[in-house]
Amino acid sequence: MSTDVRPAAPAIVRRAAGLRIARLRDLALVPAILGMMVVGWIVSPAFLHWTNLQNVLQQQSEVSLLVLAEALVLLTGRMDLSLESTFGLAPGIAAWLVLAPGVAHGLGWLPAGWAIPITLAVGLAIGLTNGLLIVRFGLNGFIVTLGMLIVLRGLLTGISGGKTFFNLPESMIYLGNAVWLGLPASIWICVILYAVAIVVTGYTRFGRSLYAIGGNADAARAAGIRVDRVLWTTLAVASLLAALGGLLLTGRLASVAAAQGSGAIFTVFAAAVIGGVSLSGGRGTIFGAFTGILLLYLIQNVLTLGGVPAQWIGALNGAIILVALIISRITSGQAQN
Amino acid sequence: MSAVPERATDAVAAAHGVTKRFGGTVALDDVSLTVRPGEIHALVGRNGAGKSTLVALLTGLLAPDAGAVTFGGAPAPPVADREAWRRRVACVYQKSTVIPALSVAENVFLNRQDRRRAPLPLISWRSVRRRARELLRAWEVDVDVEQPVERLTVEQRQLVEIARALSHGSRFIILDEPTAQLDGQAIERLFQRMRALRDQGVTFLFISHHLEEVYEVCDIVTVLRDARHVVTAPAAELSRRDLVAAMTGAATGLIAAPVGRSTAAEAAAVAARAAVAPALRVGGLGLPGLFADVSFAVGRGEIVGLAGAGGSGKMALAECVVGLRRAEAGTVEIAGTRPRPGDVAAALGAGVGFVPQDRHRQGLVPALSIAENVTMTIPDRIGRYGFIAPRRRDALGARSIDDLAIKASGPAQPVAALSGGNQQKVVMARALAGDPKALVLLQPTAGVDVKAKETLLAAAEDAAGAGAGVLIVSDDLDDLRRCDRVVVMFKGAVVGERPRGWRDHDLIAAMEGIAT
Repeated sequence: MSTDVRPAAPAIVRRAAGLRIARLRDLALVPAILGMMVVGWIVSPAFLHWTNLQNVLQQQSEVSLLVLAEALVLLTGRMDLSLESTFGLAPGIAAWLVLAPGVAHGLGWLPAGWAIPITLAVGLAIGLTNGLLIVRFGLNGFIVTLGMLIVLRGLLTGISGGKTFFNLPESMIYLGNAVWLGLPASIWICVILYAVAIVVTGYTRFGRSLYAIGGNADAARAAGIRVDRVLWTTLAVASLLAALGGLLLTGRLASVAAAQGSGAIFTVFAAAVIGGVSLSGGRGTIFGAFTGILLLYLIQNVLTLGGVPAQWIGALNGAIILVALIISRITSGQAQN
Repeated sequence: MSAVPERATDAVAAAHGVTKRFGGTVALDDVSLTVRPGEIHALVGRNGAGKSTLVALLTGLLAPDAGAVTFGGAPAPPVADREAWRRRVACVYQKSTVIPALSVAENVFLNRQDRRRAPLPLISWRSVRRRARELLRAWEVDVDVEQPVERLTVEQRQLVEIARALSHGSRFIILDEPTAQLDGQAIERLFQRMRALRDQGVTFLFISHHLEEVYEVCDIVTVLRDARHVVTAPAAELSRRDLVAAMTGAATGLIAAPVGRSTAAEAAAVAARAAVAPALRVGGLGLPGLFADVSFAVGRGEIVGLAGAGGSGKMALAECVVGLRRAEAGTVEIAGTRPRPGDVAAALGAGVGFVPQDRHRQGLVPALSIAENVTMTIPDRIGRYGFIAPRRRDALGARSIDDLAIKASGPAQPVAALSGGNQQKVVMARALAGDPKALVLLQPTAGVDVKAKETLLAAAEDAAGAGAGVLIVSDDLDDLRRCDRVVVMFKGAVVGERPRGWRDHDLIAAMEGIAT
């Protein structure tokens, strides 16, 4: 029958085009990043200096861990708003328990060596609490983590008395300051964790199950994926990453402010979405999320080098996020939802 | 191909006197079913007869309260052992069980992707793709394994799901209303495929509302009614009349010769038609790539069918009429006015009522009540100044429940709790709520049972009797049989028109573009 042959030709054309777009979406922001570098070079020759670029990489390394964490959660079709509070609270509690009473609100209950384990343990505990409420009790993830965001921020304000922890032990400062093989340790940590996450989400059954759950949880369950367990793990890992990111910032600034991380979640979401990660789950890549946050920080850097007054940076930041969204909508050719 | 022929006497799958209750209602009452190797076994019954529950028991999603399920004579595995169930039986549901954004290859081997042995147990995508390609080639499914599943047609997606089921080792496949979303040619190809697979030793349990299909492809028919087993017989030995009687428990007029409306109503309609502008007039309508220069009119009180195979452009045309799409050329006129093209609100305002093609996506808000769904298109009739009067709304809802014989506890019941046929009645009620001058029905009886079909078509006839022009766009010949005339489209153009009383083969030949 001739009718069998007819529809094949246009289908093949569409197929090839679709494939090309799918591969390109991953790299959609790379031209934007390159373009930004050219603009930066025009604005100020200092921009392309290795020290400046290294600066940008280091500045974004802490928040980029939040972006990594959020991207993992978004892939499963969930959201975690509380990451920004975990970013402050985890090192905050460590400082509180370790610092001697006196200048800051320390308790001095534990020796300084406990600071890093406590930071990570607090992150893990927060992630498991989120998992308990969202996965086990079936509460709405958006509202649960919004509640956690407020509670955790309040806890940090409470234990610090609204002030800043400083005079921190050497162990807490080390990671944020150390230089390994000529590069700041936080850049190494960021790059390595991203590389691991890219491999895990691209090449392991666990990683692929994040996409499956975000795309169609029932189908994932039917394929034998332990959906609840994967969600628990993802939420726990995300909070752990947030705690680590907080630790890096604490080290770089040698202090924990009561507001550490406050408001960062908006940048984090923006970076993930600009990088092609879908808010409704199951779409996007970790590499895309990385290009998203990198682009945002490059633009900020260019603005600063261009001498834009600090009072205007906020408004410009918001505008840049919108413009970046529009650009990525155009380059990816897909509606963001 | 498989071990089945050696034990040909054993049933591939069987339910022995299974009973299942949900709270107070009995979903299945002492039902037995035996599916023998290499047969295509039809399971038919009206909505709510217990088909879905039986499928859930046979696929291990539910455990029976009494009775037992066996495979090849051996008892079924425990409900928790999904892998064991997957090796014995697979079901392709109406609702797809694939992950849209992931590739075909990954969907087929989800959670069992090939892994390298060294140095790390990472997924080898090359090997996943190769195995998927081999699998699909073995079952003659022509699909690019690298593209995301969301880009497949419904037909391709079903074939991928069937291939995936076969790759688990199952040679018993349940197809749950597979034809509901396919056009005529795709259905024919699916049937060819089913026969070919049957010859290779695959056994099917086929669930369908279309009795034509049962006769075309099935060897054995089992009928369920009101949670009980009614009859199992070879399809060849069961007459159409007996089958319908077994399903409904009573004779029904639908399968008999088409029933004309009363001559008085007919005469009145003709008179009304002559006096005024037609309910719907389409003039030179065109949308590049889909259809071009289509013109016809539907008079007041007239029922016109629009027929055509997949790719004829009939759906796109109808969507242009109701404003879901915007035509690039030509005009749409509703009772003498021209609503803004591509604007649903304007079309509704001009007097269009319509049943969209996909009731789940465009027809209903599942969590809202029947009354809210029915009155969604007519907020100005149930209140003033943007406020809604709940009493008036519920009264309208209750009227729809009566008019269309919707099985529901009341107008406040959420639509999600209704069966498919009753949901479709709610969509119909919504289309009728505004007393439309032009009623456009897209696949109005897709996936509903015989009796619900009867009610839906009768409602359309009542609307015509009240002076509306009705356009029925459907692949189902039973829907078209009741039309005063049928306009036939082929490859985006009107190629003919048949008055009431056409013969099936003549209409189908016209739809396939074969001149007669």
